Amino acid sequence: MARPDRSGHGGDPSSVVLSNPAPESPPMRRRTGTAYGFLTPYLLIFAVFWIWPILYSFWLSFLATRQLPWTFRPAMTWGRLAQDPAFLNALENTLLILVVQVPVMIALATVLAVLLNSSLLRARGLMRFAFFAPVVVGEVAYAAVFRLMFTADRGIVNKVLEAAGLPAVDWFSDPTAAMALIVMAVTWRWAGYNAIIILSGLQSIPDDVYEAATLDRVSPIRQFLFITLPLLRPVILFCVVLSVIGTMQLFAEPFLITNRGGPGGATETLGVFLYRQGFTVLNFGYASAVAYTIAAIAVLISLLNLWLGRERA
Amino acid sequence: MTSRSSRRLWRQVALHAALGPLALLWLLPLWMMLVFSTMPENGIFSPDIELLPRGEFWANFQALQAETGFLRTLFVSVVVALVTTGLSILLTSMAGWALVRYRFRGRWLVTALIFGTLTLPYFVVVIPQFILVARDMGLQNTWFALIVPPLFNSLGVLFMRQAFSMMPGELFDAAQVEGVTEWRIFTRVALPMARPTLAALAIILFLASWNNYLWPLLIASDPAMMTAPVALGTLIGFTRVSWASIMTGAVLLTLPMVVVFVFFQRFFMSGITAGAVK
Repeated sequence: MARPDRSGHGGDPSSVVLSNPAPESPPMRRRTGTAYGFLTPYLLIFAVFWIWPILYSFWLSFLATRQLPWTFRPAMTWGRLAQDPAFLNALENTLLILVVQVPVMIALATVLAVLLNSSLLRARGLMRFAFFAPVVVGEVAYAAVFRLMFTADRGIVNKVLEAAGLPAVDWFSDPTAAMALIVMAVTWRWAGYNAIIILSGLQSIPDDVYEAATLDRVSPIRQFLFITLPLLRPVILFCVVLSVIGTMQLFAEPFLITNRGGPGGATETLGVFLYRQGFTVLNFGYASAVAYTIAAIAVLISLLNLWLGRERA
Repeated sequence: MTSRSSRRLWRQVALHAALGPLALLWLLPLWMMLVFSTMPENGIFSPDIELLPRGEFWANFQALQAETGFLRTLFVSVVVALVTTGLSILLTSMAGWALVRYRFRGRWLVTALIFGTLTLPYFVVVIPQFILVARDMGLQNTWFALIVPPLFNSLGVLFMRQAFSMMPGELFDAAQVEGVTEWRIFTRVALPMARPTLAALAIILFLASWNNYLWPLLIASDPAMMTAPVALGTLIGFTRVSWASIMTGAVLLTLPMVVVFVFFQRFFMSGITAGAVK
């Protein structure tokens, strides 16, 4: 608070590397009224459509909302979670996708970023386009294409499988295949997104590190393992955390591609389950408990990742 | 020397042998979207593998339009995305400006609250948002419902705070000494200087709004106020409209964004990486 008004920090543009450029660099003026003048419209929306809902859904998660009037009965919401087979099924499916899809996608994205960054690469623009373009494709559009491509009867994927002498797969009736389809679809959509982030991390590693290693005859694979990966750790962790939060909320893909979490709930995620409880059955209390469970698991897994990936002295 | 350059060549070949087929595989869904949209329905499900576009796009689109009034939903999507982007940029840059330029009571709390929501799953707020807008306000199927609740985002504030904090504060102080109001300093000096950040933010916000699915699905089910992704979503899995027609809708949703992506790639990149690197 006692900070002088004109501290004279200009904000040195050259300091924008992986560390934080101090967000307080310009001199600050103590003007509460003006500040809130600028903040009010934003804070108003924030308060009405975020702060209030965060608090309200917490309260809702203790209410039995199947009939009016809503009453305080946590046993009907939190108590029900642990013994609801449909919830446990959705939880299991979500965690399964999380455990399989996130590591595969992050590994793929890391390799892609390194390869796309290679000085040996020709047609760089086209290559980057191929992997990055899915970033702009909306959930509905890509869900529609995947659904059509994987149609069991004469979908293009099965036609190709059969042409290669392999058996056709019933992607929407076989539980394992349906799950694999969701994993493939999400990986297609998000690998490039993560590769973009990792690529930007790569480009902040100074070239002379590699030049020195090359002079010392360190092979490219060892350079990748012992220089690139350790230096990329914070960026990769960031991607993992983002992906965990995203996967915990997976909704549109199982909703649209495998037809509301089908076959028979085999791909029903927590997101689809919440949608069903909240907006089909209109059981807001129970759905709120599910929402907070999703948030809690996302936070826990993210913290666990940060803890596992922390710098070891 | 020769061994080194031949090793280099070998590496180059290996790199392209690995990446090339994978790139083609990655392009396939987008390519097939385009191909499917130009096929007669019996072409999609013919026993042959057809990978080249045909000439039925227009006929397929007309069928889609006749059945669903798709153009109206595209219009709703465009308006919602444009207005949301414009308003959200205004609100978040004002907030970012306040956080950088002024010291004030509650600054720490406001900052913590805004950025505390960065990683909060949207599901935690969607139910009360729905109850509030649909039941309490009775505003289902309105422009307000489609535009206002999604306005809040902490990413924009993060962006703009970053951009403003890089600017020399002396410049703003000098303007202030000249008697220029804070609002004019903000709109005439600071915002123009932040143009690259504004462009990146605009692209990211527009894309997010354009592709937004869950909220419009919940709040606008009336055909007159449906957004294009919601309208398209209602067709998937039903036989109301042919697959080829659905694909024309998917192409119309996707192609403009892909074109924007190609021309403004660098803004996309800085938009996506902003949260990570800084």
